Amino acid sequence: MNLEGFLAQLAAMIVALVAAPLLVGWVNMCRAWLQNRTAPPLLQQFRVLHKLFWKESVVARNATPMFRIAPYIVFSCMLLASMIVPTLSTNLPLAPAADAIALVGLFALARVFISLAAMDIGTAFGTLGARREMLVGFLAEPAFLMVLFTASLISNSTSLATIVTTLAHREFTILPSLALAGVAFTMVSLAENARVPVDNPATHLELTMIHEALVLEYSARHLALVEWAAALKLFAYSCAGLALFFPWGVAQANDRGALLLALPALLVKLAVGGFLLALIETVTAKMRIFRVPEFLATAFLLGVLALLVHLLLGA
Amino acid sequence: MIAPLLTIDAILIVVAAWLAIGVAGIAALRNLGLVARVLFPLSAALSAALAGLALAAMAGTPEVAVLVIGLPGLPFHLRLDALSAFFLLLVGVASAGISIFAAGYFRPGEGTPPGLMCLEYHVFLAAMAMVLLADDAYAFMVSWEMMALSSYFLVTTNHRLPEIQRAGYLYLLVAHIGAIAILLCFGVLQANTGDYTFANMRAQNLSPFWASAAFLLALFGFGAKAGILPLHVWLPEAHPAAPSPVSALMSGVMLKTAIYGMLRVSFDLVSTTIWWWGVVALSVGLLTALFGVVFAAAQVDMKRLLAYSSIENIGLIVVALGLAIIFEAYGMRSLAALAMTALLYHCLNHALFKSLLFLGTGSVLHATHERSLGKLGGLMRFMPWVAWTALVGVIAAAGLPPSNGFASEWLLLQSFLFTGTLPNPYLKMLVPVFAAGVVLVAALAGYVMVKFFGVIFLGQPREERLAKAEDAGRLERLGLAWLTAGCILLGLFPVAMIEVIDPIPFQLVGRGLAQSGRVGDWLMLAPVSAERASYSAPLLFLIIAAIVMLTFLLVRRFYHGRIRRAAPWDCGYPFQTARMQDSAEGFGQPIRQIFEPFFRMHRELPSPSDEAPRYRVVIEDPMWGWIYVRIAQATEAVSRTVGMLQRGRISIYLLYSFVTLVALLFLTQA
Repeated sequence: MNLEGFLAQLAAMIVALVAAPLLVGWVNMCRAWLQNRTAPPLLQQFRVLHKLFWKESVVARNATPMFRIAPYIVFSCMLLASMIVPTLSTNLPLAPAADAIALVGLFALARVFISLAAMDIGTAFGTLGARREMLVGFLAEPAFLMVLFTASLISNSTSLATIVTTLAHREFTILPSLALAGVAFTMVSLAENARVPVDNPATHLELTMIHEALVLEYSARHLALVEWAAALKLFAYSCAGLALFFPWGVAQANDRGALLLALPALLVKLAVGGFLLALIETVTAKMRIFRVPEFLATAFLLGVLALLVHLLLGA
Repeated sequence: MIAPLLTIDAILIVVAAWLAIGVAGIAALRNLGLVARVLFPLSAALSAALAGLALAAMAGTPEVAVLVIGLPGLPFHLRLDALSAFFLLLVGVASAGISIFAAGYFRPGEGTPPGLMCLEYHVFLAAMAMVLLADDAYAFMVSWEMMALSSYFLVTTNHRLPEIQRAGYLYLLVAHIGAIAILLCFGVLQANTGDYTFANMRAQNLSPFWASAAFLLALFGFGAKAGILPLHVWLPEAHPAAPSPVSALMSGVMLKTAIYGMLRVSFDLVSTTIWWWGVVALSVGLLTALFGVVFAAAQVDMKRLLAYSSIENIGLIVVALGLAIIFEAYGMRSLAALAMTALLYHCLNHALFKSLLFLGTGSVLHATHERSLGKLGGLMRFMPWVAWTALVGVIAAAGLPPSNGFASEWLLLQSFLFTGTLPNPYLKMLVPVFAAGVVLVAALAGYVMVKFFGVIFLGQPREERLAKAEDAGRLERLGLAWLTAGCILLGLFPVAMIEVIDPIPFQLVGRGLAQSGRVGDWLMLAPVSAERASYSAPLLFLIIAAIVMLTFLLVRRFYHGRIRRAAPWDCGYPFQTARMQDSAEGFGQPIRQIFEPFFRMHRELPSPSDEAPRYRVVIEDPMWGWIYVRIAQATEAVSRTVGMLQRGRISIYLLYSFVTLVALLFLTQA
């Protein structure tokens, strides 16, 4: 690992850690504006994290070590995931350790751990959350993988860096397969990040919640880590989407000039993406939980269709 | 002159020693102490020796031996090549852990006396080894039947229970239907030469028709043992019925002998390969996998859940087989090698993690006397040793990185992504759809495993007596630890494992991954090229561990690590009982709803005014109604028709004889 690669990797990590809560804060701001509310400040998420880290953690008496380990593992998985998705540059020394399939695997690992932790206390809401999370997961995971497979077939590689390089270097045409994959990806990322119409990040109405039910028993630093991990997940998904569908601006290997431009480009793209997310959340209504499988099955089929369209048309 | 001892001879000595241990068990029929403390640990040592020998034989040249036993003029031809050696390695590694666990597992009690059990167990082990060594149809079938019979007796250990009698009978029946198909397959393969050695079968050049017949018979016959759809019905009955070490041996190891048979026939004994065989295997495999995992999600008995999960894994293995056949048929050797590596890797992984999970259920069963998920829960606090080892198995079974289950699934998905280069346009369209199915199965496996682990080990105990559950004993822990270590090593060092596997694809499809220098170094698994795809389990594990440590330390450095224990929050609801958690039925409910056409469900729902409300869901295998009941009805109908001949009057029978005689006379005349 050369110094330059190491620095690029370190920069990617720091950007992920800082940009993730900012992105959540930005989405919350946009949503507040769109809904005619006074927006919380952009840095609100950091204040929340800081507050939570200071508090004393209250843990249920019957909690096993599983409950306390899970936030660290989930946080670590999400941080690693956002480090291997090319955000600023494709020259990431860690990227070869995990390709697109392993990326989905990392998300799955985090999901399994947080679900197990939710079942650990043995409350009604915990198991309910775990069951719903796994339900969303087992449908969203294959759909996401189909999207990634489509991109992999186009670029003949499952390595994320190669995918981004290939996609960034083609001329600008809308490939029908990528268009279908884009729709599927949007649906999956809404579901995976516990957003309307699948889940509502602002809700505390017990019967409708998924993510909130999962983390109901967590407090203080554990909750902070889980929330930070959720922000990192949103960041990683956004970056994966940008890398797949709008790869322009990501610096290629050994291109230092582009590296300077990469950060502003990323921030602009994230800001637009965040605004669109807030828009979607404002104009759609939340679905009943029973309709979620249909929604995700549609995403899955769109992903498969994208794959077939690519093989059929070669585009 | 004494010839130098070959590896195959050493393996035969191990087999003979197993049989000797079995006989010693008979001598000490009711002496549990001797059987458990001496014979089973000895057998575990032999298993480990077998694993070592097999590992040494993997890279060596094939060795042959002839055993003059059995009928005169029909000796046992034996042969040890890379394929046999790999499956012997699998038997050795898995059974070493299982036997040492079994040493601590058997308790004095009802059913078969321990000495007899010891005999059956070791005959079973020896028979599996002989199946893998056999080099002629005669030796193969004799060993195959020994394996079926010994495992039948093991399944019916608690033979006084009617459902276990039924499970055993069903197992024996399906095993024999399968054996008939295998016998017919060998009959086709020897192509009227009358020579049933495998060497002769390899030399035959069958026409595409007969080659296909042989392949389909093998798929059916070995499929009956492996539990592929629709021949799986015995599996969820028989595997849970047996004592847990035997369940582990059957699910983890015996199913793989069937996979061995499929590989042996379709890549070694049959010289041609036709592409549509692969499509058949892909379709059957995917259906099996999907069916298995969906049913596993709906189970409420922990051992049945694992049995269905075995069906799922066998399905995935058959999918890999189909892919390897397709690539081989089109001469794409490197890709066939990739798919076959995924297949073999997954065989070994499944052997380890499924044995581990079955043994874990064995410990739970001993500690709680309960198999029903609805009456377990919270055992992680009382049985931490079993719980943490089971967690490793669960992560592997769910196919999560950096476990071994993920490594083999990763290889399988990689081989799917190369099908774009297939010359057949229909296949090119079809195969990605199969890839989508495989991905769905892999994701559902995560659901199943969360249910398995969460309901048994997490939450509050659903029965009060569970709080008295004791952790596994010393020998049981040793067995669990052995298998856990195997899972972890296989997960962290996939490249090393692929190098071990490599001689087999080289032998069967003429190309190996490592041999063509394309697996990458020990750190990075890159089956084609680093640009194409790479995965590094050790790096992934190290980074996750490093971030966990670093976060832990930083939080304590900049903030604090204070903790307060209190009652669970649960949205402030004050009354919490264990019954408020999801039951096993409840956790499987979304799956039952989404995959409703798969199930035959009987539901009893209470009405609001019920005095004694009762909720019951019974799930049945639809294959019973769709296939087996119809076969039974047809058989009955035919026998009724034939039964009309029997009138019980001598004059009628004389008439039959007379008519037959006349008919025969006519025939000879013509």
